[in-house]
Amino acid sequence: MLKQMEGSLAVAQAVALCRPEVICAYPITPQTHIVEGLGEMVKDGELTNCEFINVESEFAALSVAIGASAAGARSYTATASQGILFMAEAVYNAAGLGLPIVMTIGNRAIGAPINIWNDHSDSMALRDAGWIQLFAETNQEAADLHIQAFRLAEELSCPVMVCVDGFILTHAYDRVDIPDQAQVDAYLPPFEPVQVLDCKDPVSIGAMVGPEAFFEVRYLQHHKQDRALDRIPQLAAEFKAQFGRDSGGLIRSYRCDDAETIVVALGSLVGTVKDAVDEARAAGSQIGVVSICSFRPFPLKQVRAALQSAKRVVVLEKCLAVGIGGIVSDGVRKSLSGIQLKGYTVIAGLGGRPITKRSLLDLFASAARDELQELNFLDLNWDVVHRELERGRQQRRAGPTAENILRDVGVTGARVA
Amino acid sequence: MAFQPVKFYQTGTFTVGNRLLADSERTVQANMRRTNSLNSGHRACQGCGEALGARYAIDAAMQATGNQVMAVNATGCLEVFSTPYPETSWQIPWMHSLFGNAAAVASGVAAALRVKGRSSVKVIAQGGDGGTTDIGFGCLSGMFERNDDVLYICYDNEAYMNTGVQRSSATPPAARTATTMAVGPHPGNVFGTGKNLPLIAMAHHIPYVATASVANLHDLEVKVMRAMGIEGARYIHIHVPCPLGWGSAPADTIKIARLAVESGLFPLFEAERGEITDRHKLRRRVPVEEYLKPQRRFAHLFGARPDVNTIASIQAIADRNVRTLGLAD
Repeated sequence: MLKQMEGSLAVAQAVALCRPEVICAYPITPQTHIVEGLGEMVKDGELTNCEFINVESEFAALSVAIGASAAGARSYTATASQGILFMAEAVYNAAGLGLPIVMTIGNRAIGAPINIWNDHSDSMALRDAGWIQLFAETNQEAADLHIQAFRLAEELSCPVMVCVDGFILTHAYDRVDIPDQAQVDAYLPPFEPVQVLDCKDPVSIGAMVGPEAFFEVRYLQHHKQDRALDRIPQLAAEFKAQFGRDSGGLIRSYRCDDAETIVVALGSLVGTVKDAVDEARAAGSQIGVVSICSFRPFPLKQVRAALQSAKRVVVLEKCLAVGIGGIVSDGVRKSLSGIQLKGYTVIAGLGGRPITKRSLLDLFASAARDELQELNFLDLNWDVVHRELERGRQQRRAGPTAENILRDVGVTGARVA
Repeated sequence: MAFQPVKFYQTGTFTVGNRLLADSERTVQANMRRTNSLNSGHRACQGCGEALGARYAIDAAMQATGNQVMAVNATGCLEVFSTPYPETSWQIPWMHSLFGNAAAVASGVAAALRVKGRSSVKVIAQGGDGGTTDIGFGCLSGMFERNDDVLYICYDNEAYMNTGVQRSSATPPAARTATTMAVGPHPGNVFGTGKNLPLIAMAHHIPYVATASVANLHDLEVKVMRAMGIEGARYIHIHVPCPLGWGSAPADTIKIARLAVESGLFPLFEAERGEITDRHKLRRRVPVEEYLKPQRRFAHLFGARPDVNTIASIQAIADRNVRTLGLAD
């Protein structure tokens, strides 16, 4: 049924329809409304047969989910930013133990400086932990991906992160079609664990593993991701058959058929890029966009097929790998191995800096003229950067960088763009 | 065995042998049907107090619940020596996740059992003093505060033994560890530091807190069985000598544990909802020297010129325990 609702509530309702049995909640902006929504549903009896546990940290949140999942319960939690770093050890542990936990990430920047707004630094920091990572483009997709995520996680015994842009999606009110329980039940069977703590059949889980076997255990995590490359499109197709709409899959192309320039992006940014692409097309540019939904596993073949006929690729990234530049770009470049085309990395939107259509159109124009650097910073205020560098040259004790810059920018700085 | 009545001087204790007790009061380990939950063949050192404590504790928990126990283990000696892949000593469902999250994982297991309608199965979380008083403290306090249906057992050997004997917040003052070496003007661990986890557990007003010692295994079993009959968060802190880390003879593990109790340095008591309900009275107090001397970690106190001031300071700690907990008979 179509409803106008906040993205977080849409996610909460979709998760509730998946019949989670243990939900661990710890507040962190911008994820909090999701667990608030679920907590209310459990409290008022709308969501039954579910333990809602208020824990004392994100590390505990995922740890409780690990225990619950190992004891055979469908387990869910949500976090963001500092929270995923605080639970980082447990993130690896859940994957290493093969526990099919689903976790929403309300994508947010990582401090210092502390910042609550959206970018992808948090999910990217844990990209190689052994979790599947799916990025939602819209609130509808954010809701839908959770239904697919439980199915995928439990089929593969592999945890799944659903990455939802903080504020841009989590706090945005949009029209979302929330499916009914019968539809979800038909799509998502009950959880049948491959390993479970059971007094009738005692097992030891989490034994000490030495050089003789650790490598194989880790390889098998990689193997699961390979299998996910097959299952993700199949599950998206089944989802379409059941629910009547496209959601998920590995990648999606938009107006790429004759495109000379193809922009690659993840998450909610894709919508803005599509608008800019439409406008650039209307002005005669041959440009399209490829959105990557599945970042882990990274669909090398599909990305290659989508990009190989272009003349240039512009990868828009909401995360800066300090010391090298892009992260998504690395995967894209790998997918294009042996193919000669121009590749540009554009870091954009860090800490919630708006990515406007105007800036994108300027960027596309520069790209079409091949005037971009290999690594670019969209709408970075170079004056501010240079002034801070100059302060550092003037005196040894120049003071804390963020505070210097805030003084420099002044209160009007809050009016970004 | 024929039943013999307990003599007057033996009343109120479990120090009498099994042969003097009624069947129902005999130790779990004396029972032919004990479960051997932590089976032989593991890789603990000779004289390991932790292996002994865990074996008694888990078997007692199994007996109390009709063999319906699952255990979650923190990283540490117990985890490592019991599960050298692909072998395991555990005859019960057992899980290890991380160093600092055993209490939280156990909360998750308990939640799953509740939601699955398997509430008759009971969950025990266990770890060493490092995994309990230091790195796992946040998760433990959270489990207590939520009153989750978990018994947490800390096997306290007073340092990080698995990594090579480094100081923890349970390391006693003056003890030599690899990070509080017996050098300089104030050798060993500093005074005025550390934390008393049983008292902190009591401050959470959880249903049950107890201390126990491998010197009094029957008492340990009774406390575990009592804990298994109670719903909610429970905590048992077991003193387990470590021959390797303490520099004591493996054959002396029980003796040293007993001297810790009898000196007043490791008081045995029980508490319910934050109030002490029972304590083990000391019939024969021994000076702390008797406990300290057989341990090389305190050897720097007993050179050619014994460090009488430091020994007196340790004696003062024992005296305070006796005074505040009412341990004097």
